[in-house]
Amino acid sequence: MKDLLQLLEDDSTLTHAQLAAMTGLTQDEVSEAVAGYERDRIILGYKTIVDWDRTHRESVTALIEVSVTPQRGEGFDRIAQRIYQYEEVESLYLMSGGAYDLTVIISGRTLKEVAHFVGEKLAPIEGVTGTATHFILKKYKEKHLIFPVQEAQEERFVFE
Amino acid sequence: MMDYGKIMCRRVQDIQPSGIRKYFDMLQGMEGGISLGIGEPDFVTPWHIRDAGIYSLEKGFTKYTPNAGLSDLRQAIARYLERRFGLGYAPIGQILVTVGGSEGLDLTFRCLLEPGDEVIVPSPSFVCYGPLVSMLHSVPVMVETKAENDFRLTADELRAAITPRTKVLVLPFPNNPTGGVMGRADLEALAEVLRGTDIMVVTDEIYAELTYGQRHVSMAAIPDMYERTVVVNGFSKAYSMTGWRLGYVCGPKPLIAAMTKLHQYAIMSAPTTSQYAAIEALDHGDGDIEAMRDEYDGRRRFLVDGFRSLGLPCFEPLGAFYTFPCIKSTGLTSEQFCDRFLAEQRVAVIPGSAFGPGGEGYVRANYAASMHDLDEVLKRLERFLKSLH
Repeated sequence: MKDLLQLLEDDSTLTHAQLAAMTGLTQDEVSEAVAGYERDRIILGYKTIVDWDRTHRESVTALIEVSVTPQRGEGFDRIAQRIYQYEEVESLYLMSGGAYDLTVIISGRTLKEVAHFVGEKLAPIEGVTGTATHFILKKYKEKHLIFPVQEAQEERFVFE
Repeated sequence: MMDYGKIMCRRVQDIQPSGIRKYFDMLQGMEGGISLGIGEPDFVTPWHIRDAGIYSLEKGFTKYTPNAGLSDLRQAIARYLERRFGLGYAPIGQILVTVGGSEGLDLTFRCLLEPGDEVIVPSPSFVCYGPLVSMLHSVPVMVETKAENDFRLTADELRAAITPRTKVLVLPFPNNPTGGVMGRADLEALAEVLRGTDIMVVTDEIYAELTYGQRHVSMAAIPDMYERTVVVNGFSKAYSMTGWRLGYVCGPKPLIAAMTKLHQYAIMSAPTTSQYAAIEALDHGDGDIEAMRDEYDGRRRFLVDGFRSLGLPCFEPLGAFYTFPCIKSTGLTSEQFCDRFLAEQRVAVIPGSAFGPGGEGYVRANYAASMHDLDEVLKRLERFLKSLH
């Protein structure tokens, strides 16, 4: 059986009543557990995956490889903090491998907006030694959700 | 003018069409209709299994396989049955790969039954047993299972149904449509009745991987029952592979040999692409089974809870992916309930009566559907039940 967190990770729109029925807990137990997860920051928040390409709104996403000089006593955390404070930064990960250190994912309305962020905000941060920006051309899948419409099989009727 | 009513064999004409069909006909073209009627997983076959099928095509594996199935597949089936259910079957001689579990059932009946032989079928159950048996001039003997027994077949019920003509007992558990399961103790009780008889057990274990709470136990694993049991299983439900049409049947060597003979005349061999995909499923699919079962389990609890809180008693189904709520309190027959629920609320569920004696007063609703749909069904059911008062 899936536990509360797994169910919520898959679909955060499930109501506490639904979650209670699915897990065999009472609704109060669910609400209490969820509140606990939120308080302990095990659940960070609830978001929606939007395919902006299906709307009129322009949007570009870029993945930026960032090389930095780690700082004494702080490692990468301090510099990471200076990067993730920017509203534009969607995701930020510290990477293994040695080719670069941080992966920054940012979204903007236009290519120019993203270029501006890299050139004016990211690159000048003290300790950042290099950036390489990769624009995302097409999204196929995010968080297990597939963007292209999947063709459906012909309707069929079986006597099962 | 040809009179086909005179030309076609009497027996096939006497078989009634499935009671399920009309609901799909009604549902078709209905705006906003939701079906909880189809007995099919709503998952696509896991990608690595599909990929194995595709890869076999790329390699040009498009010919017939050995009649009994690919040797690698039969070995994988043997390993799987040992690993998951503690059953020991020899890949050569005791396992036949078939076109779905359905072919396995048909072959088994063909190789066992003489005209006039009786086949005990617990009911309600999947709709195929009666017609397959009748086509062989044999007699299906339907035995009603009861809600108060959790829709299990009891030893007393079995004993009462046995006559000198009884040849076969069908064990359709986990059960479609009730979701009932038979545990080890339940099977032991039946085995006690069967030991020392020549009655063969045909155990349809197509839902064996979909149990909630307790692992499925096969009749073939009960002492003294191995030699009088035929295990029918397949890939459709465990791995969401309904359209691949692949199953298998395991049993005593002479019987499997006879079945293989018939299979090679009627079918030649099961689809080659499907067989390659199935090897991948058996060897690397345990995780898929767990994931799908977990997913079904949440929906199962949700739907059962929903029926109960709307005042419809619902036995807790511990297998398959069906709920079988009791609708007697509405004063409607199963069929009236389903006709009106579909016409008034655009939801298709299937009358329990379509699954044989014992099904009246119940409807089958499957939970192989999205949570969104299940939630909507319960809302519409609430409106429907209110409208009846």
